[in-house]
Amino acid sequence: MTAPLLETRNLVIRFGGVIAANDVSLSITAGRNLAIIGPNGAGKTTFLNICTGWIKPSAGQVLFEGEDVTPLPPRRIVQKGVARAFQIPQLFTEHTALENLLIAVAARDRLRNPFMNLHRIPERDEMMHLLEMVKCADAAHRPVVELPEGQRKLVDIAVALALRPRLLLMDEPTSGVASSEKHRIMEILVEALAERKVTSVFVEHDMGIVERHAEEVAVWNAGNVQLRGTPREILDHPDVIRDVIGEAV
Amino acid sequence: MTHATELGQARPTGPGRGLSMAGTVLPLAGLGLLALVPLGAPGLQLLVNLALAKGLAVAGVSVLLRAGQVSFGHALYFAVAAYAGAFLMTALPGADLALVLLAGLLGAIVAGVCVGLFVVRYRGIFFGMLNLAFSMIFWSFLEKFYHITGGADGIRLPRPTVLGMTLDRASFELVLFYLTLVLVLSLGWATIRWLASPAGQIFQTLKTNETRLEYLGVSPRRALLWGYLVSAALCGIGGALMGVTQGVVTPEYAWWIRSGEMVFIAVLGGAGSVRGAFVGALIYELVRTYASAYAGDVWQMLLGAFLLVIILFAPRGVIGMIETLAHRGEGRK
Repeated sequence: MTAPLLETRNLVIRFGGVIAANDVSLSITAGRNLAIIGPNGAGKTTFLNICTGWIKPSAGQVLFEGEDVTPLPPRRIVQKGVARAFQIPQLFTEHTALENLLIAVAARDRLRNPFMNLHRIPERDEMMHLLEMVKCADAAHRPVVELPEGQRKLVDIAVALALRPRLLLMDEPTSGVASSEKHRIMEILVEALAERKVTSVFVEHDMGIVERHAEEVAVWNAGNVQLRGTPREILDHPDVIRDVIGEAV
Repeated sequence: MTHATELGQARPTGPGRGLSMAGTVLPLAGLGLLALVPLGAPGLQLLVNLALAKGLAVAGVSVLLRAGQVSFGHALYFAVAAYAGAFLMTALPGADLALVLLAGLLGAIVAGVCVGLFVVRYRGIFFGMLNLAFSMIFWSFLEKFYHITGGADGIRLPRPTVLGMTLDRASFELVLFYLTLVLVLSLGWATIRWLASPAGQIFQTLKTNETRLEYLGVSPRRALLWGYLVSAALCGIGGALMGVTQGVVTPEYAWWIRSGEMVFIAVLGGAGSVRGAFVGALIYELVRTYASAYAGDVWQMLLGAFLLVIILFAPRGVIGMIETLAHRGEGRK
């Protein structure tokens, strides 16, 4: 059996009276993609925040490639190979989309030459290709502040990919993207992740996306993993239909 | 980016390629004109020298503005460097000019590390006011420790040698003028290049999104500290030049009004623009000198009104207006 890429052991975190993570133990195998679904407020985003060091758990551990990363700040966890795309895109709004990616490369490779122009980074063409892949080539030279929300989401994912992570955590990757484009973008994304051997975890509310693009699904409820299985097993489960999908049983 | 000209200057593609009017030709022409001042208008030589020295310090303040941070205490580095040069001259009378400037630069960098390690933990108004607090502590030190600093009278600087040569006053001032011009050109160019570099761009992202910066594996505090040191070094060189040019350093160098003046000039010239810092400093010194001579006590009011007009109608400052006009001129060709 292969060792998990990411593993959490007995994570606990409370916000006042709300238990956002209640003894969460979860492992993610390298090379897989896992969707996390669940009702609003179930603790899905909090889980991503804990895994990336943004929130420190009251108890429990986060292990990446077997190493305890619980006390590390986000930047140290990122340096180990974990990247994150956000529900609300986190970009440098005064910079263009391409510059956002180039800055990510500069950060990844720790470029220090004080006289090299950002646009002369050798990976410039590779980053343009990445923008083309997420269908944002037309936005390459536009300041992010001018882009529509859906395109910002895609640039945010491209920025995370520019870091060449081994694990990518995404929070609702296609929210804000036009519904006609969602599946096409996800197909491209899943293919690109597989090609780059990137393991991924994504929080998603669109069950169509989960059904078509996830290899495995974990159902979050009341701060813990309620169920885990293949998309078909999970989406047909009566508890999921009642609590998450919201249809009559 | 807001400062497209300064980033675009060294871009391999795009409008900035080659000798652009706003990015290269106008600044070089301006410096060429300034180089003629000792020949054509010797009465302005000292004024321009002081303005350019101040412009270097303002460029330091402008660097921080690029990261969205305003320092109300950068006169600290101006004063530390000037006093470091003065202390060196007191200990080693006849020390070389290069050594005096180097002492000033080192003093500013050491002070920048000590204060920077503390202030980079804060942002916005806290960052600005903490810088002010440090500069006022240093001002108090300069005022109260009379036996070391000369108190309110300050320290007189004997004329340093230049490459081992003792020069008369006129020759020394001429050398100092052209040295200042060379420093403005070289440090201004280096600062613009650094701001366009990956490290400079990472520094500027502090203005818009520190969360993403952290999630790129970069420490926002460390990024700010590097920019802070660049800023302190520029202020230091400006202060050391000012001290040598005036021949005396006083606690007024660290006074809060001096810090406020730097922010004022930075906004006047073009907030965050390195070229704007020098343009703003020249305008400010000229207006201050001639308005105070001809408009008595109302010159500050005139300058304040001018700044209001700039903020309301030309938020990119004087340099923004010049660049817009230059781009229009290029567009017509």
